[in-house]
Amino acid sequence: MNLLASLTPGLLLALGGMVLLMIGVLSRKEHAAGITVTTILLLLAALVCNFLTPTGLLFGGLLRISLFTQFADALVYLGAIAALMLSIDYNKREGIARFEYPILVLFAVLGMIVMISAADLMTLYVGFELQSLALYIAAAFARDSIRSTEAGLKYFVLGALASGLLIYGISLVYGFTGTTRFAALAGALTQGTDYGAIIGLVFVLVGLAFKVSAAPFHMWTPDVYEGAPTPVTALFGTAPKVAAMALFVSVMLGPFGHLLLQWRLLIEILAVISMVLGALAAIGQRNIKRLMAYSSIGHMGYALMGLAAGTVAGVQATLLYLAIYVVMSFGAFACIIAMRRQGQAVESIADLAGLAGERPGFALAFAIFMWAMAGIPPLSGFFGKFYVFAAAMANGLDVLAIIGVITSVIGAFYYLRVIKVMYFDNGAPQFDVTPGSVRFVMGAGAVVTALFVLLPGPLVVAAAAAARALMG
Amino acid sequence: MNQAGFPLLSLITFLPLAGVFYIATLRGDDAAVLCRVRAAALITSLVVLGLGIYLWSQFKPDLGGFQFVEAAPWLSGLNVEYRMGVDGISLFLILLTLVLTPIAILSSWSVTTRVRGFFSALLLLETMTTGMFAATDFVLFYIFFEAVLLPMYLIIGVWGGERRIYAAVKFFLFTLAGSLFMLLAVVWVWYHAGTTDIPTLLHTHFSASAQMWLFLAFLASFGVKAAVWPLHSWLPDAYGEAPLPGTIMLAAVLSKMGAYGFLRFAVPMLPNAATAAEPLMFTLGVVAVIYISYVALAQTDMKRMIAYSSVAHMGVIIIGIFTFTVEGIEGALFQMLSHGIVIAGLFVCTGVLLARGEGLALSRLGGLAARMPAYAALLMLFTLANVGLPGTSGFIGEILVIVGALKVNFWVSLLGGAGMILGVAYMLVLVRAVLFDKFTHPELAKLPDLRPREYAMLLPLAAMVLWMGIYPDSFTHAFDAPVTALVQAHAASLTPHTALAMVTTK
Repeated sequence: MNLLASLTPGLLLALGGMVLLMIGVLSRKEHAAGITVTTILLLLAALVCNFLTPTGLLFGGLLRISLFTQFADALVYLGAIAALMLSIDYNKREGIARFEYPILVLFAVLGMIVMISAADLMTLYVGFELQSLALYIAAAFARDSIRSTEAGLKYFVLGALASGLLIYGISLVYGFTGTTRFAALAGALTQGTDYGAIIGLVFVLVGLAFKVSAAPFHMWTPDVYEGAPTPVTALFGTAPKVAAMALFVSVMLGPFGHLLLQWRLLIEILAVISMVLGALAAIGQRNIKRLMAYSSIGHMGYALMGLAAGTVAGVQATLLYLAIYVVMSFGAFACIIAMRRQGQAVESIADLAGLAGERPGFALAFAIFMWAMAGIPPLSGFFGKFYVFAAAMANGLDVLAIIGVITSVIGAFYYLRVIKVMYFDNGAPQFDVTPGSVRFVMGAGAVVTALFVLLPGPLVVAAAAAARALMG
Repeated sequence: MNQAGFPLLSLITFLPLAGVFYIATLRGDDAAVLCRVRAAALITSLVVLGLGIYLWSQFKPDLGGFQFVEAAPWLSGLNVEYRMGVDGISLFLILLTLVLTPIAILSSWSVTTRVRGFFSALLLLETMTTGMFAATDFVLFYIFFEAVLLPMYLIIGVWGGERRIYAAVKFFLFTLAGSLFMLLAVVWVWYHAGTTDIPTLLHTHFSASAQMWLFLAFLASFGVKAAVWPLHSWLPDAYGEAPLPGTIMLAAVLSKMGAYGFLRFAVPMLPNAATAAEPLMFTLGVVAVIYISYVALAQTDMKRMIAYSSVAHMGVIIIGIFTFTVEGIEGALFQMLSHGIVIAGLFVCTGVLLARGEGLALSRLGGLAARMPAYAALLMLFTLANVGLPGTSGFIGEILVIVGALKVNFWVSLLGGAGMILGVAYMLVLVRAVLFDKFTHPELAKLPDLRPREYAMLLPLAAMVLWMGIYPDSFTHAFDAPVTALVQAHAASLTPHTALAMVTTK
């Protein structure tokens, strides 16, 4: 009974997904919009159930539900719901409105839930693969577009490499410790560590770094972001990032927590390279989706800083950063999806010229997201950075924090450029009327981002509780 | 609860936002809403000014510490609270902001494009600036300090002159780069002191080496904001390209944020580092006074000349702060207020010419005294106040700083004082080129004298200049207590034994 109650959100998604798949296959007509809406409702139901489920270990230690997984799951649901809402109108206009898309997203979310809750390296891998496979197809979803197909293929090849590295690492760890259970691994690794297990750990780390697109394992990100249909990019920018980062945190601090001193340097290196690359490489971008790709690499660098701290405060900072990032990110993508002129989606930053005069609300929302991503107070992004820097400095990672500050200034330059184009340049954007669902996502994101400063308490407290649940 | 019985400071800080929301609800094109937007902005800022005057009337100068204190839980887990309060140091800077915002709003009648955005940005700027002076939590202070960038960036970039984009981006990145180092300092302080409550931090001791690093971080952020030479290079661009109301707010209020930061944090929190940095700061101040005065002398544009004069005066303020004497710091504070009023008056005077379709190149002006006597009289008054003529506000501030500096170092006092003479030189050049000489072109002879709206901006400023010059006590008596306490605490933290002796002899 307890088992069933704990699994409700996952079961809801799995069964719902299969039923929707049957309906889609058996019915004669195309039901894309209806199925998308149903999927959103399912995800909402799962989001609600998520907070009601009892916590504990399931299936003899294969899965673990805790406040930490509930927090991360909620973010995943939120990101997926926003991405699906953005897809309804876009897919219809681009002629790719097929019922498979929401179902793919549903299964990807299921995979993410499993990997977040994994308490065993095998469940971790199963969840990881489920979400990856669903996402490969989603990236190539506009199958008549060469760019989309290319994006899907690139993602698949590089993702398969990452999966390979991950499973190789898992097998090494298993070979040298004799177990795949997180709890048992933690016990085995406290007693003594073989080099084999450490090498396995490095492989696992690389596989996960691939998924969070931390530099130098980020190569797929810009191309996939640019090539995939924009709602799919919006999904990539939110839910899988949260899931992979949550997994990263729970694996590194769970079974491998005792090896903190061994892997901390690697995480620091990843964080530094990501922040620097995210800041520098984005400067030259002319395409807004590529810009967002590099920006996301940079943001993952900041989130990793909290992990490098390796304390409850650090995990709290990372979770908070992710929560804030998800909202900024889907909001920014809502703005990008609204960039549509005479029926054609446009993606160049220059297309935004003069937007502030034509559509002040749209421009203000976009400016809020850009400023928040640059970390300018009083917008939400600042608080993410503040907590991360605080956690880093509290653990003696001063250099990391200083580098983070410097890359923030560099990063601010390209975020500012977007605002500059919208507000200072002249042009005639004359974007098409933005559909209600996109406007809703944009508006909700902007309000949350701008007004987070008024009520940061509940989220901070929740993140702290989640972090304590993970670290015990 | 505080002596007002209700959260007066928060009300003053956030009331302008009500104006912003009202303006945002107005529908219609620019021409249709123009009058209502202007009226809404002006009325909001005047109401806020009224509250500010009430604040002053309820302020008790003889009480030490912060008054009108408010506190509410905010960032849980970090021991960061929403805390507001004023003391004698911040009270007048808040009032300065509140006085100058309506004047900036009145001076923006020439803005006719995207009016909703413009007036919203000005009101937003008022909120951020007031909040910054009233914050008594370091994190809160930082948030307001940096949030000022957002409206200012838009004001320069959207409504500015020809090179507005360059100026706006340079302004933003310079200030951001500086203030992010302060963010690191904030985080460090939070971690080591366990709190970000400013009154507590003022009595927290940090090790000498840590103080040095913190001081450098503060210097980076406050120095850029206060445009201390050589961190001032964003300033001529920003001042020159910003629309007039933006220039007024930048020069009169925003530049004070940096000086306030030094006074509030660097000096009392980091006594050892501040003392060690004294020669450096004196040098920077003296260089600013002398070198920038020469640069001002070389300008050919009225607005830029006034902008450089502003940098030179910031040098005087920095010298005053780092004398660590009661006279020097009071002089610096007084000079901050006086400079805010005077520089706003001078910029409004340039706006008068702009509104009549004249350029600001000095070679294209001249002879205005003959046809515009009222304008000439007021411009003359602000000029004399700017060079520190006795009887005007500028005199009190400068003489106090020079006396303070004389107690510490003769040469600093001499060289800082030399700046006054150079100031006279360039300001007289300015006045001659604008008011006297001959008409350079016939249109100048037809310019009408001041209009009622221009009187409404200039007369209050002129009255304040004279008030501050003739009866400075109405202002100084409020900052006597906090400045004396600050100087004593500074001396005590450097030489604990003397402090003990002072206590026992009392």
